[in-house]
Parts: sequence; structure tokens; C-alpha cells
Amino acid sequence: MRVWKFGDDVNTDAIIPGRFLTIYDPAELAKHAFEGTRDEFAREAREGDVVLGGTNFGCGSSREHAPLALLGAGVRVVIAKSFARIFYRNAVNTGLLPLVSAEADSIRDGDAVTVNLAGGYIEANGRRLAVEPVPGFLKEIVDAGGLVAYAKNLDEVETCSTT
Amino acid sequence: MEKGRAAPGEIIVGTDSHTCTYGAAGAFATGIGSTDMGFVLKFGALYFRVPESILIDVEGAFGRRVGAKDLILSLAGDIGADGATYMALEFTGRAIREMNMAGRMTCANMAIEMGAKAGIVRPDAATWEYVAARREIEPFDLAGDADAAYRERRKYDVTDLSPQVAVPHNVDNVVDVTDVAGTKVDQVFIGSCTNGRYEDLADAAEVLGSADRFAPGVRVIVIPASRTEYLKALRAGLIERFVEAGALVEAPCCGPCMGGAFGLLAPGEVSLSTSNRNFRGRQGSAQASVYLSSPATAAASALYGEITDPREV
Repeated sequence: MRVWKFGDDVNTDAIIPGRFLTIYDPAELAKHAFEGTRDEFAREAREGDVVLGGTNFGCGSSREHAPLALLGAGVRVVIAKSFARIFYRNAVNTGLLPLVSAEADSIRDGDAVTVNLAGGYIEANGRRLAVEPVPGFLKEIVDAGGLVAYAKNLDEVETCSTT
Repeated sequence: MEKGRAAPGEIIVGTDSHTCTYGAAGAFATGIGSTDMGFVLKFGALYFRVPESILIDVEGAFGRRVGAKDLILSLAGDIGADGATYMALEFTGRAIREMNMAGRMTCANMAIEMGAKAGIVRPDAATWEYVAARREIEPFDLAGDADAAYRERRKYDVTDLSPQVAVPHNVDNVVDVTDVAGTKVDQVFIGSCTNGRYEDLADAAEVLGSADRFAPGVRVIVIPASRTEYLKALRAGLIERFVEAGALVEAPCCGPCMGGAFGLLAPGEVSLSTSNRNFRGRQGSAQASVYLSSPATAAASALYGEITDPREV
């Protein structure tokens, strides 16, 4: 399991270019993940690899194909200093775990990494880096495998009102 | 918007990041993913984090051929691509009140380019007039309290604002048009959810004026944002002018904005576009470059084949 490190403001056009949006199969999308940005990713990414970004990871379009392409490539966890909000939602909803770590910078490309959620840390190069806790119900959605699987156990949702 | 479904105080979700455009009507409107939408369709509800707000108070009056797109590009440059992540931008001030609904849509549309969850134009008489012309609705007061808690209050003045251009490859790389004037362009795209309305096309046609032709060798692509806007432009004679001048006018769609159709860029090509994103590879080849501007700047640049200050035309 290695780290694929990217910079700040990685946008969804970089993760999966618009011309592939007619594809829905994660495995097929994965063949084009980061195409034109980092071509070796699609060839070399392996099950359990981690994608690491800087600030504003996943900015841009609302395409759910972005987390699906990463999932198709075997990525289960994305770590960044911060996420764009729609990507964050889409990741949770499709079962990809987005983790925020202020210390993400100290991980290098190609590092081996271990994610210990119960302990609230990730380990790279023998160092432990803190990650922000994932809100309970978001974790439940990811653990269920995404929002569709999660919603199958729901008959109704509790709504709040501002009146 | 044009059907009157967006109105002050409503919550609107759409599976498009530019759903925030409906904020022009005073709605809380935000983009979601398709799985989110499946949940909405089943349960009529969705989980949200309540956003903090940034007040954008814009004073002054725009100079000639400077407008909403220049304002929102300058804000993107100032606030940054993630400066408003998870927050709501609330637009108010004289320059906003005097802006037509098309301009307000341009501003609300690009809130997402600063990471914002929503961009809301504080409803005023113009908002209610627009909405009430499209559906039955009783106006009500909707504004932040005088002592409302904002994350930040930012003040701007557009009096001396120059036409703005976002240069490759991020929306917050924003400069005055004079800094990039003379940059050769292969393609000019006037359209998209940001600038594909009748008023935008009218701005471009005004700059075109009585000129015979756009510059030879430049692909000028005009795409009205909807059938309604297309018909308005058609009946006003704008479409005829664009075609006479050598433009390609396509049926309403996103066009080349996200690399979908009509005018995809080849390696090495340069595009000036009135759309909202200039990410690498967004409009075709990853070796192409995309600049973003207003319709006025786009039309001026189409006339000369290079990025041109519309105030000089």
C-alpha cells in the first residue's frame, strides 16, 4: 500500500476528465483516473493504496465519477489537508473514506501508510499523524459501503425544521 | 430560474456544482452528487452542515463594459479557490442592487469556484419582480439581521474595476485584462450557465457593433444557455449578427465548457471562454490553455484574435 501524493486544488476534471462521464463502472473509470495529469496512476495503483492531497482536494464539478474512479482503482481512503465539499459528500456517499489531516504535508509520495481509524491516526514512515475525527453518522455511511446501502435500512428520516 | 421555481428562502439541490446559480433568486441552492439525489428523491430530505456566511458588500458603479463577470472573477482571485469552502456567500450592496438578474446569476453561479456551498443575492424589488412574473408569490422580507453573525464581512468597490481574466489553470489566477492583452487566441466561447443569457449575448453584440467579421482563424462559438434565451437573442437579431460575423451558433447546451462538445481544444490551443472553469484539460487537450472572461472581453478578443480590453474597442 503506497501513497499517491498530489498538490493543492486537485480538481475533479483532473481525477476523471469530462469525456469519460458516460462510463459508470468504477473499474472502467479507474482506467482513466488522473489521465493527462498523472498517467501512471491508472496503471500502477493497487488495492489499498492511499491518495493524498493538499488543500481543497476534489474541487470543481459534482461528478460522482471522481470518487468512483478512485474506488475502482482500489483506493479506499483519501487524505487531504482539506476537501471541497461536494467531493467530500460524494466520497462518503460512495463508501470512500475522506480523512482530514493538518499534517498531510509530511507524508511523501510513495510512502507506505497505515490508517488506524479506531486510534484516530495514520502512520507513515514510522511517524503517527493525527487525523480529524469523522462525524459518527458519516462513518456509518462509509462503513455501510455508501449512502445507498445505508439508506436501505432506513424507513424514514428525522427532519429538522427552522420554523 | 426562468420557470420561476427558484424563489427567496427555498432550499434547492441539483446534481450540478453550479446549482448555486439559483441563489440569484434568493434561494439557498447547492450542488450535490447523484447518490445524494437518489436519497432526496426517496426521502425528501438530505443531511447538511449549516454553513457560516461571508457577507460580500459591493459598492460603486461599474465602468463601461465592466460588469458582473469581472466582479465575480476578481472575488475569486481575492478569496481564492477554497477561501469560502463550506460557507455561504451573501451578496449585497449598491453594485448588486443595480445589477440585472442575469448578472446576479453570473455572481451566484461562481460561488462554487471559491468552494462555497451557496451564493445568495439578498432579495430586493428586482428579485421579487422577476420571481412574481413567473409564479404566484407574496413578497416577504428576507435579509440578514443587522447584528447577524458573519464569519467575515468583506467590502468591495467596483468603481475602478478593470475587466478581469482568469489565466490557466485555476479560476483564482485572476489578472486585469491589460496584463494579458495581446495573448493570441484560437477559440472564443460565449455561453455556459455563467454567461449564456440574452443579456450576456447582448453585451457581446454591443462590442461587436457594426464590425464585419470576427478575426480570421478564430473559432467563435456562441451557445445560448437555454431555448428561452436563444429565442430572445434570435428575435432581437443578435444571432444573425453573430453568424454574419463568422460565429458558430449551437443549440443550447454546455458546449465546450467541460469538454463535452463543439469546440474541443487541440494540444497547444488557447481558448478564451465566458464559462466558469479553466482547469487543465477541461475543454479538451491537457496541453491546451483556457482563459476566462466576461462576454464583452470575449467579443473584443474575438474581433482581434488576441485577448483585448473591451474598453479599447
